[in-house]
Amino acid sequence: MDETADFSLSCPVPIARYPKVLLAHGGGGRLMRQLIEKMVVPAFGSEALGELHDGAELELSGAVLEPGARLAFTTDSFVVSPLFFPGGDIGVLAVNGTVNDLAMCGARPLYLSAALILEEGLPMETLWRVLRSMKQAADKAGVVVVTGDTKVVEHGKGDGLFITTAGIGVIGPGRAMSPSRVRAGDLILLNGDVGRHGVAIMSVREGLQFESVIESDTAPLADLVTAMLDSRAEVHCLRDLTRGGLVSALNEIAGSLGRGRPGSQGLGIVIDEGEIPVREDVEGACELLGLDPLYVANEGRFVAFVAPQDARRVLDVMRAHPLGREARIIGQVVESHAGQVVMKTRVGTNRVVDMLSGEQLPRIC
Amino acid sequence: MKFLEEYRDPEAARRMVQAIRRATTRPWTIMEVCGGQTHNLIRFGIDELLPEAITLVHGPGCPVCVTPVEIIDEALEIASGKDGRPVVFCSFGDMLRVPGSRKDLLAVRAEGADVRVVYSPLDALRLAVEAPEREVVFFAVGFETTAPATAMAVFRARELGVRNFSILVAHVRVPPALETILSSPRSRVQGFLAAGHVCTVMGYEEYEPIAERYRVPIVVTGFEPLDLLQGIYMCVRQLEEGRAEVENQYARAVRREGNVPARQLIEKVFEVVPRRWRGLGTIADSGLRLRPAYREFDAEHRFSLSYVSEEGPSECIGGLVLQGLNRPHECPAFGKRCTPEHPLGAPMVSAEGACAAYYRYRRP
Repeated sequence: MDETADFSLSCPVPIARYPKVLLAHGGGGRLMRQLIEKMVVPAFGSEALGELHDGAELELSGAVLEPGARLAFTTDSFVVSPLFFPGGDIGVLAVNGTVNDLAMCGARPLYLSAALILEEGLPMETLWRVLRSMKQAADKAGVVVVTGDTKVVEHGKGDGLFITTAGIGVIGPGRAMSPSRVRAGDLILLNGDVGRHGVAIMSVREGLQFESVIESDTAPLADLVTAMLDSRAEVHCLRDLTRGGLVSALNEIAGSLGRGRPGSQGLGIVIDEGEIPVREDVEGACELLGLDPLYVANEGRFVAFVAPQDARRVLDVMRAHPLGREARIIGQVVESHAGQVVMKTRVGTNRVVDMLSGEQLPRIC
Repeated sequence: MKFLEEYRDPEAARRMVQAIRRATTRPWTIMEVCGGQTHNLIRFGIDELLPEAITLVHGPGCPVCVTPVEIIDEALEIASGKDGRPVVFCSFGDMLRVPGSRKDLLAVRAEGADVRVVYSPLDALRLAVEAPEREVVFFAVGFETTAPATAMAVFRARELGVRNFSILVAHVRVPPALETILSSPRSRVQGFLAAGHVCTVMGYEEYEPIAERYRVPIVVTGFEPLDLLQGIYMCVRQLEEGRAEVENQYARAVRREGNVPARQLIEKVFEVVPRRWRGLGTIADSGLRLRPAYREFDAEHRFSLSYVSEEGPSECIGGLVLQGLNRPHECPAFGKRCTPEHPLGAPMVSAEGACAAYYRYRRP
């Protein structure tokens, strides 16, 4: 993680006295006040948070009040284990995850809330590290954390630290993203290689060492999405690929396409395995673990359903952005295979790629 | 992954399919033994590329599918720590969802048992060394492929004097199962693709008498699309020419004598016993058990197990599927009352199970 110059590295709560989180830090008394005033507020440094109100008052400026503009509002909880992994930590995920959910609505993210559930005994130093990376991620994504909450649960009742973030953003006039807008012929664009986040987590969790360190792809996608939408292209639907990976996200959308609309057949999705980028080291790790990279989690990848006449232009916009350099057209919406995702395999055959039931479990042999 | 792409090259696959078409003059039924091969055949849609005259049937080579319900019930009983000792129960991932007679390991874990996924029995042994106050049990499932690592863990446990480590052995051997299938009067199998990974350890000397006795070609085959196509091609060539030999398609990994030190280690630690297979019944000489010298590491011996399994009547035709007598979609429950979310039998649970492969890649 890169450090911001004016950001102190040492934890401001007197570590000598309280090296670990105590139940009292959530008890509503002086210790809790100290934790919030000396750690949480300085970490985020936002005016609204500094007010220590029960809520944040938000300015409604031009963008929000534009005729036809709407608010997007989302929430997400983060319970990742381990808290720190190659390429990120729970704090970065908590910011980027919510920012990306807003971006997938076509919104420009503005404000976040952050609710922390701390387990008694969590090292203060760990909490401080996570708060700092949340702040860095928020700065990078151009959002402000304006309100929050802290609770402490007894030792053994949590997993160190859980974070819930909610976010508010603005959807510009005339921008609407939804599976219901997807049409037959739409091309499906993907912004880069898949499977990295899941493998990064798995390798730490299982204590596996690969030749190269595989880092999570976690990234805030709003800036890239804004560039795509600003190109005035007809983008119908966006979906980020988190748990369950590419195939699960496509199946969710195919599910809503398959129901058909009045006077039309249900639609399906066809993708081309050869066009889906998977890094060699990720492919290797997945072979070893018995996982399919197309089902493995990502935190910085999304698919866009774009009208065919605009797809090339959107692809160029994506490739001009650091988070879309490897963007590809991976498939198309078709008038057959209603509700299904069908993949043209690398050996030239077709097969249905379905959602997983439960979690992917590593194979025996 | 290095060297993977060349075994998935579409152009080479097309050429191999053409060669198979040219070589085939009449219908043949070939069985791929290994669940990993079943999975890749369906995943890459290879069976769709083949001429109609070639029928592929799926064999009993999914260790998860053939582990009998009573051993799963033993696993559940040990994992839930019924006899008062704190237990860490370690297993390969895909055993976690296989139903015993009442529930599965995931359900036991949800009830509070310490069930962990490991990638090697040596990881389980390390846990035992690190936590001497707990009983660490490893669920040793698999064919001859995974047996050497289990043997090594037991061997090391003895060397290190580890007292809190044991294994629940469910290892099975492939050749006796092949013979069982071949000797069934209903068997339709005319040629076999033998599992490359098993032969990496065991070699293929054991298959030579089987090929001769039953007049059946056996081709030791790898797992990538091109491996599978080439294995099928070699098998068809033998059938068309009236030969019944053991051939090695997977020469980059398999030698006739296999991995000699690994075989010696299996021999040292395990003895051959009869074993019940889910769907096939009891097969003589098809299982492995710890030799008396290593009995202290046998979880069945260490834990006083009381549970009597009852496998009630079921619609599941898994047994017939595992013998290659039926295909998954010929089961009346397939995809309706039996799905990966609500499996009636093991072949629908395991990532290597034929029913799960059909459900995932080939739904009508």
